[in-house]
Amino acid sequence: MIPRAFDYCRPKTIPEAISLLQQHGDAAKILSGGQSLIPMMKMRLAQPDYLIDINQIAGLEYIKEDVGYLKIGALTREADLETSELIRSRYPLILDTAFSIADPQVRNLATVGGNLAHGDPANDHPATMLALNAEVIATGPNGQRSISIKDFFISLFATALEANEILTEIRIPIPPARSGGAYFKLERKVGDFATVGVAVQVTVDAKAICQEAGIGLTNVGGTPIKAQHAEDFLRGKALDEANIRQAASLAAEDAHPSSDLRGPAEYKIAMVKELTKRALTKALNRASQER
Amino acid sequence: MTTKKVIDITLKVNGKDRAAAVEPRLLLVHFIREYLGLTGTHIGCDTTNCGACTVLLDGRPVKSCTLFTVQADGRELRTIESVGTSSALHPLQEGFKEKHGLQCGFCTPGMIMSACALLEKKPHPTEEDIRWGISGNLCRCTGYQNIVKAVQYAAEKMSAPSTQA
Repeated sequence: MIPRAFDYCRPKTIPEAISLLQQHGDAAKILSGGQSLIPMMKMRLAQPDYLIDINQIAGLEYIKEDVGYLKIGALTREADLETSELIRSRYPLILDTAFSIADPQVRNLATVGGNLAHGDPANDHPATMLALNAEVIATGPNGQRSISIKDFFISLFATALEANEILTEIRIPIPPARSGGAYFKLERKVGDFATVGVAVQVTVDAKAICQEAGIGLTNVGGTPIKAQHAEDFLRGKALDEANIRQAASLAAEDAHPSSDLRGPAEYKIAMVKELTKRALTKALNRASQER
Repeated sequence: MTTKKVIDITLKVNGKDRAAAVEPRLLLVHFIREYLGLTGTHIGCDTTNCGACTVLLDGRPVKSCTLFTVQADGRELRTIESVGTSSALHPLQEGFKEKHGLQCGFCTPGMIMSACALLEKKPHPTEEDIRWGISGNLCRCTGYQNIVKAVQYAAEKMSAPSTQA
């Protein structure tokens, strides 16, 4: 399969990339990892006139903690999350997610920024970032602005990014002590999109009372879904079996999957419930082990 | 609509410097097979699933059907042609032969490139490491068991003190 012809630009700086976006508007697409965009171009579902390759822009690949946030540069490759000591030791939810995205070859190119900016509810990081209450930094002609992840996904493949903005950083509030997370993804085989995915992040006190809960759902609606009702229910409650079961039911009520080749809607809703239960249990275990 | 410009690129392919002028939409796998004549890299699914087109870009396995040639500008590329010769097989190739790691052979070049990158990073992989390393490569003949054995064979041979590969 061969994409439609396009012109290729390779800016060296963010301002240069933004001025190209201003110049070409909707006719341009940003190329980061390309692992979603290039397949879409090959199938001619995407036919940009201009491709703006941002991979040569220095300083957009990093994973670091800085003034209260975990900061991930937009061009950070998924594979770099897998090998990051910081992610391994302190962010189990992100590590789980990185391992479950596509396959090793794809993760060597695919970027965290691209996984979000693509706006695909079937991608895995959106649910993770919803569970972690992340912020997305958009850089445009007038500088940077921060967008809360819960306001970022507008509809299928549409995000809050303006046509002249680039997603440059993801910020995750550093979780307090006794926090833990987990991602469960049901997939038919390695590399497939999730039939259902559930991301959970919890913070508990010394008596295992839930202080904060974040739950994100993958591929069960037109956008990635924040299971707000379940989150609200859990806050202030003991993370015991009964409450976990109730939260899982509430999360399933927030899912609106459609039936497709990965399964009927009823099945997917049942799987949201089951995976939420498992993810909450695992997240609680991890939170309890944390100092 | 403007004219679609051809782009000049230079890259290192299997240790040799190469230069070319390519259309931006030219996929890396087509460049490798049709411009360079290196037909060991296969096109399988053409949809980022099967891994038959796996090559190493700066040492990391990638699917060359899902990368534009212009993105490899200034970088180092390794294909199956850089791995052993028919008279002096690489331990991985020997392993695939000895352990019956292939039947039709279509997935083999991609499997070997993924395994190559794995062994460079982890010379003593566990079975789980190997299965992780080839999880982006599909084989429709062997069921993977013998592929895992082939990689284990190579790992043992390459770390044995007497044999310098």
